[in-house]
Amino acid sequence: MNDLSDSVGAVLPQRAHFDTPLELTGGGVLPSFDLVYETYGELNASRSNAVLVCHALSGNHHVAGRYADNPKDVGWWDNLVGPGKPLDTRKFFVVGVNNLGGCYGTTGPKTLNPATGRPWGADFPVVVVEDWVAAQARLADRLGIEAWAAVMGGSLGGMQALQWTLEYPQRIRHALVIASAPKLTAQNIAFNEVARQAILSDPDYHGGHYYAHGVVPARGLRLARMIGHITYLSDDQMAEKFGRRLRQGEFKFNYDVDFEIESYLRYQGDKFAGYFDANTYLITTKSLDYFDPARDFGGNLAAALARARAKFLVVSFSTDWRFAPERSREIVYGLVHNGLGVSYAEIESIAGHDSFLLDDPRYHAVMRAYFEGIKT
Amino acid sequence: MTNVLGRFDFDVIAKWIRPGEKVLDLGCGDGSLLRYLRDEKGVLGYGVDNDPDNVLACIGNGVNVIRIDLEAGLSGFEDGYFDHVVMSLSLQTVRHTEQLLAEMLRVGREAVVSFPNFGQRSHREAIAKGRMPVSETLPYQWYNSPNVRFFTMADFEALCAERGIVLRERLGFDGESRVTEDLNLNASIAVYRLGKAG
Repeated sequence: MNDLSDSVGAVLPQRAHFDTPLELTGGGVLPSFDLVYETYGELNASRSNAVLVCHALSGNHHVAGRYADNPKDVGWWDNLVGPGKPLDTRKFFVVGVNNLGGCYGTTGPKTLNPATGRPWGADFPVVVVEDWVAAQARLADRLGIEAWAAVMGGSLGGMQALQWTLEYPQRIRHALVIASAPKLTAQNIAFNEVARQAILSDPDYHGGHYYAHGVVPARGLRLARMIGHITYLSDDQMAEKFGRRLRQGEFKFNYDVDFEIESYLRYQGDKFAGYFDANTYLITTKSLDYFDPARDFGGNLAAALARARAKFLVVSFSTDWRFAPERSREIVYGLVHNGLGVSYAEIESIAGHDSFLLDDPRYHAVMRAYFEGIKT
Repeated sequence: MTNVLGRFDFDVIAKWIRPGEKVLDLGCGDGSLLRYLRDEKGVLGYGVDNDPDNVLACIGNGVNVIRIDLEAGLSGFEDGYFDHVVMSLSLQTVRHTEQLLAEMLRVGREAVVSFPNFGQRSHREAIAKGRMPVSETLPYQWYNSPNVRFFTMADFEALCAERGIVLRERLGFDGESRVTEDLNLNASIAVYRLGKAG
């Protein structure tokens, strides 16, 4: 980690304020909003080298590099984005943005509601993928980007990349849809519902206005994250990483931590509950559940994709059961139906859904090859 | 014969494909046939391969490629979507030969297949001497061959007749030269253009 030659180095988040009201998919209007974002690399003279990186459930705008005052805070996709990396910042101008409803500075439930002077809390509208993409388009306008060379995302981020091709077909040349799906399955929605119930039933939730009580529903958020983590890993990987190993070598015959996996989940849950906002978690899981571009087309995904003009790279991971390869193939065949350019790589990996954040050599080779083929 | 692609059977296949067609290439390797068809004929092509190195090579070549296992069939593709479904020197590597041929003619108007002819003279002679054939077109030893089906042109044609698959055109090659006499004895590579009956 000492060799920083392929890092974008120290980065600074920026803020863009938008005064034009944004009409929301679920009804209602955001009269104004802020987006927090970061950029890496240089926008070229023809403005043809811009790549938008969309984040998933718990991500944010800090995609790559590190903060000067906190060098340990490395961007969440730093292994993929940087000089000489698969998404090469010497060639591309990369933009990361925290989505609406987020908790990293972008307008969201923690933000003061201008109508009340208090944090929005649970009154913040349930914003969805379509709204995020509409807000991202405003940011593109602000940055002078008429069309993205590419929009890329994993999981929920991949849904945003897909939505870009449908909502703004003329403004995106390539979409990289990684470990994603055209819609969630019932099982997937079920996991989200358990996570939401964990938060909603936490006495510290206070109907979503916990900020006023000086507390956060940490227990609920912790449980939500624990169940999430179970679904992001594969059975094989959990067996390899933790197995039945005991924390202290013997059974305790109580409800403290016996097994390493319990320790891991508690640690991940506690860490997450310490920084993430519960209302943002609720909104974001709903956004995942609602995403279904085929819904307006009688469930016919191919018909929904007819609007797209971009070329696609679709990637899935063999042991990802939360966003299984079959879901990616649905996208692929829908694109083929429309005669759209698409390549589909299914990567062997034991790491489940989390694979998309790891630096598997074959995965990164595919990403590198695809980005190298994008003309700027 | 000119050999623009380094694979002489590609030349034949390319001649059977008209500009602007939709083409599916099964076992597409590094995508060089599809790249040629795209650049020279404006073909909308998709490759299928299950080897991650080939998938990567196709992406590097800017060719559409879909990683699926051919043994699992082509169920994701729609009936009659493609003008041509090509399978170049790969038919002998799949186990479900019958099903795959049927699938090729389900998703495509025509199928084009090429394969090494196990009935060629040198292969017969090897067998007569008691050893499995090893040649330019069958370069593998029996224990490391990716080929799982061993058949002659006559075998293939018998299967087609049985399954109502129409042989629209048939070519044989020895090395890179066309063979015209007794193809099953003289051709080391067979190339067929296939259609559905009726």
